[in-house]
Amino acid sequence: MAEIADAFAAALRLIVGLDAELAQIIGLSIRVSLTAVVLAAIVGLPAGAALAVFRFPGRRGVVVLLNALMGLPPVVVGLAVYLLLSRSGPIGFLGWLFTPAAMVVAQTILIAPLIAAVARQSMAELWAEYADELRSLGVGPARTIATLLWDGRFGLLTAILAGFGRASAEVGAVIMVGGNIAHVTRTMTTAIALETAKGELALALGLGIVLLAISIGVNAAAYLVGEATRASEASPA
Amino acid sequence: MRPIRTALFLLMVALVAAIGALPAAAADRFITVASTTSTEQSGLFKYLLPIFERKTGIEVRVVAVGTGQAIKLAEKGDADVLFVHHKPSEEKFVAEGWSARRFPVMYNDFVVVGPAADPAKIKGLKDTAAAFKKIAEAKAPFASRADNSGTHLAEMEFWKAAGIDAKASSGQWYRETGSGMGPTLNTAAGMDAYALADRGTWLSFANRKSLEIVVEGDPKLFNQYGVMLVSKAKHPHVKDADGKAFVDWLVSPEGQQAIAGYKIGGQQLFFPNANQAGA
Amino acid sequence: MSPAILPLKVEGLGFRAGGQVLLRGISFEVPPGRRLVLMGPNGAGKSLTLRLCHGLERPSEGRVAWQGPRGAEARLHQAMVFQRPILLRRSAAANIAYALDVRGVNGTERPRRVKLALDQIGLAALADRPARVLSGGERQLLALARAAALKPEVLFLDEPTASLAPAAAKRVEAAIADIHAAGTTIVMTTHDLGQARRLADDILFLHEGRLVERGAALTFLAAPKSPEAQAYMNGDLL
Repeated sequence: MAEIADAFAAALRLIVGLDAELAQIIGLSIRVSLTAVVLAAIVGLPAGAALAVFRFPGRRGVVVLLNALMGLPPVVVGLAVYLLLSRSGPIGFLGWLFTPAAMVVAQTILIAPLIAAVARQSMAELWAEYADELRSLGVGPARTIATLLWDGRFGLLTAILAGFGRASAEVGAVIMVGGNIAHVTRTMTTAIALETAKGELALALGLGIVLLAISIGVNAAAYLVGEATRASEASPA
Repeated sequence: MRPIRTALFLLMVALVAAIGALPAAAADRFITVASTTSTEQSGLFKYLLPIFERKTGIEVRVVAVGTGQAIKLAEKGDADVLFVHHKPSEEKFVAEGWSARRFPVMYNDFVVVGPAADPAKIKGLKDTAAAFKKIAEAKAPFASRADNSGTHLAEMEFWKAAGIDAKASSGQWYRETGSGMGPTLNTAAGMDAYALADRGTWLSFANRKSLEIVVEGDPKLFNQYGVMLVSKAKHPHVKDADGKAFVDWLVSPEGQQAIAGYKIGGQQLFFPNANQAGA
Repeated sequence: MSPAILPLKVEGLGFRAGGQVLLRGISFEVPPGRRLVLMGPNGAGKSLTLRLCHGLERPSEGRVAWQGPRGAEARLHQAMVFQRPILLRRSAAANIAYALDVRGVNGTERPRRVKLALDQIGLAALADRPARVLSGGERQLLALARAAALKPEVLFLDEPTASLAPAAAKRVEAAIADIHAAGTTIVMTTHDLGQARRLADDILFLHEGRLVERGAALTFLAAPKSPEAQAYMNGDLL
């Protein structure tokens, strides 16, 4: 397959050449996905922990719903956010449609359930360990959640990385609410969709390789930071 | 509670970060144009818009989707200007009051592309409807966009003229891709299928494999583009002054000349005809 | 000390789970200042009784009546150390500081109380060590130090030395004696007759979810009256 060889050559050219346009696209992709991850984590992590800790009527239903939402197609989220942000929609007056803010909103909605669901699992394990002690001490609900999140923070890294992965990889939602406008809302994935549409398959795959490289970089950085923090906490201060 | 305060603080930080992610250009002067994939993917906008932007300082943000979706966007007030290519739909758009007036801008033409082997034996025909009839009779694969785009609507008219109910064969020789021009050409190239394409996208399309032009030059293949300023009466937030500047420029001698100047490999893609009666 | 929650009156306590009766008709009283030891073979319901008294489980019948405040409020005057101590994934000092913070000890007072608790139990050198790298004995001592730092009126201890080496067990017993001497009422379970002899003022003997015999430690240990307790002391009932 000549195209695959061409793709690697294209990827190499893109990385080495790093023109302003590509740098802008990469920068926007990372900025949008990171912002979405931060927002989704602020909502998703405590929600996941709360689901692990509290027993309330309908809890099972919420867990099932959450697991189902994890698989929600991005294009459905995109459509819903589009209708929300459209000038004819309920919050259209914000003027966020076809801006990076709209993409942040869509990605946040897309990944918050994923982060919450993964967090719930790791928080449930920690809660099984801590429950008796925290109840014995009389720790209140908010403090319980905060304690679990802090003490289980290394496990939560997985949830956050999973969220970042889904956010940075999806195209259906951002292309619908961002509009794939050159220099404004064009991200790695929408650029790949565009180049594919133009039949520039090698360039599209080259962009894909760049995206993969960024994703590997982010994951490796998170892993190293996690290891380093863990190591420094395990040794006597 | 301290943790709650911490959470609120983090939320604030994130909101500030999110607002920081808003484009710096939000303060700049820009208009949003809902247009079609053919104008975007043929490279016309990339060539044309900087000329307009340099002249006026108005940034033009193009959301390139199918004609059907572009019209929907404009109706919902999510674009200031609509720039598409399906005259009946455009006239309906104006009749329903979404815009005060439609201006013809330019035309390009459609071509029928197909595998070099030409199983339906249509190469060189000048009558598109007749060619479509032969494709159906040969049950040769045909890739349709099936996305309510201008190109798709034009294709449907050719089937109608040929007296063929192509949709009845959907999933057999008639393949509905439900996607844009480029992806549909990718599909056609992959399965040696015929397809109707606009010449601009075809010329800039890089993944042709064995595809080549089999039918062209039929006057019915002309593809007229129109531009409309979205009505401020319908959507008060429409940037009508800047939008009007763009529309006016497109149909002005200067804009028309710029359109004529866009070429790929020495070939002119779009033919300005703002002053042609009935276009 | 803040409002007294003692004496504790346990009346007709019963507990069922999964269709099984695990505890029934347990009544006893815990007067202030005593060291009450619950004894009995495995599955007698000793730990469950502690958990019910501490409010970690809800009784199916009967009641656990503290003086004054009730429920979660009463729990703030108590502390409990579990058989396998539960330590937070933080340093030894941070574990104690956390508990003090939860119980409302203010930030300026906290470091002093943390240091005092670690000093008293002999763990000062390990203050900054992560709790999870400590040995079994050190973990149990840290859990005790954390409980003691709260200055509880009542301290519940569930088999505090069950899985410890003799030397570590000795340090734990000494720490319990110190905590009691400082004014805390002790309610604990044990399998160890020697430990009961060393630490108990009063003994409750449970068997198959029922309270079979009670009495002063010396009297009970010298000559248990019930056949079950006699069998247990002879090593026939484990």
